Amino acid sequence: MSITILLRALDRAMLERVAEISGQNVYKCMQCGTCTSVCPMSGDMEITPRQAMLLIQHGLVDMVLSSRTPWLCASCHSCQVRCPRGIEVTRVMEALRQIILRENRDMVNPREIPAEAISEMPQIALVAGFRKLTS
Amino acid sequence: MKISYYPGCTLKTKAKNLEDSALASLAALGIEVEELERWNCCGAVFSLADDDLIHQVAPVRDLIRARDAGADKLTTLCAQCYNVLARANRLMREDEEKRKTINLFMDEEVDYHGEVEVVHYLDLLRETVGWDGLRERVTVPLEGMKVAPFYGCSLLRPSEVAIGGEDGGAPRALQDFLTALGATPVKFSASEECCGAYEVLVNPVEGLKRAGVVLSSVQESGADAIVLSCPLCEYNLGRKQPEIQAAVAGVRDIPVFYFTQLLAVALGLDVTAGRFELNIPSALKLLRDRKYIEAPATQV
Repeated sequence: MSITILLRALDRAMLERVAEISGQNVYKCMQCGTCTSVCPMSGDMEITPRQAMLLIQHGLVDMVLSSRTPWLCASCHSCQVRCPRGIEVTRVMEALRQIILRENRDMVNPREIPAEAISEMPQIALVAGFRKLTS
Repeated sequence: MKISYYPGCTLKTKAKNLEDSALASLAALGIEVEELERWNCCGAVFSLADDDLIHQVAPVRDLIRARDAGADKLTTLCAQCYNVLARANRLMREDEEKRKTINLFMDEEVDYHGEVEVVHYLDLLRETVGWDGLRERVTVPLEGMKVAPFYGCSLLRPSEVAIGGEDGGAPRALQDFLTALGATPVKFSASEECCGAYEVLVNPVEGLKRAGVVLSSVQESGADAIVLSCPLCEYNLGRKQPEIQAAVAGVRDIPVFYFTQLLAVALGLDVTAGRFELNIPSALKLLRDRKYIEAPATQV
């Protein structure tokens, strides 16, 4: 992946939002890639957790927001417990999700879930899903 | 010491097999728990946004109900409920600023400071009867049963709420539990991995793939069955097996049990305590084929 970073691309306001919602300092990341290696979903991500951290550090939050990465993250906390820099990567991913959800852009529409699926699923799947995927 | 019990939404309906087997086993072991008279949904996932405190109110209310019931401990079974309640409790103990804000918001309740201790059922067993004590109570040892202990995420991460009462290192509560029952715990690489969680709602293809990785790992270990503690894991790894088999080559039927169901069997409780009719069919079949439970009279 080759990216040209222009100075004007640095979106300070967005960076601050990520920091505020996540409570994390993304600049602590040293790009070791442990997060990507332990992420159970990274194989399906076009932007891996390590790449996401790098893009965010450079103010390119939009690039990560337009990928499926924040929505493939299932908050399993595997990256977070192994991060040698102590970054709670799970919270950074949550911040990305929240930025989108707080614009009232939901990732799942309850009306579109088939009735058979609802009657088969445990309540916890729906409650957890709605908490994570709707505003 | 009084112990309150928090069931959570799914245990009263689709995961009745988890609740019934757990409560019958506690009664048989002489451990008294009292269900909270009034409880609400824990929220299923812990709020990870630093500026979002409103989602901490639901689990904190449950903790307050336990304290107001005079309980020292609050025990729960569902891995997600455990995770949310334990983390909310830590927040109330350790984050003074957030504690103040949450307490100020809830003006009908007496302020909460984390007085109650949240313990997962497995830890409750370990702390009360203990693994040696449990072994002595087993009347139907699950000899010859190779079981894959599936922890998933919520029983272990983040580390501050990991069950087992140990600092770091590989978890062993489920292994020790299975050994006490006479079963043989097997090692498999996906034991502490994600089952796919709620991906079913947003990324169903990737979710099935994830569950397929877990089931393949269980299969390679030679295990006869999986045990777990979470209705969401049970759904993804159990009920979804036909779909997983269609998507991932080589995955066979693998019985899935809640750990408390094997406890009820090993304690020799009546088979109705297990509510095995709520499991996928391979689960009851395994118990019958191996003669851990008696076949119903009509089949004798």
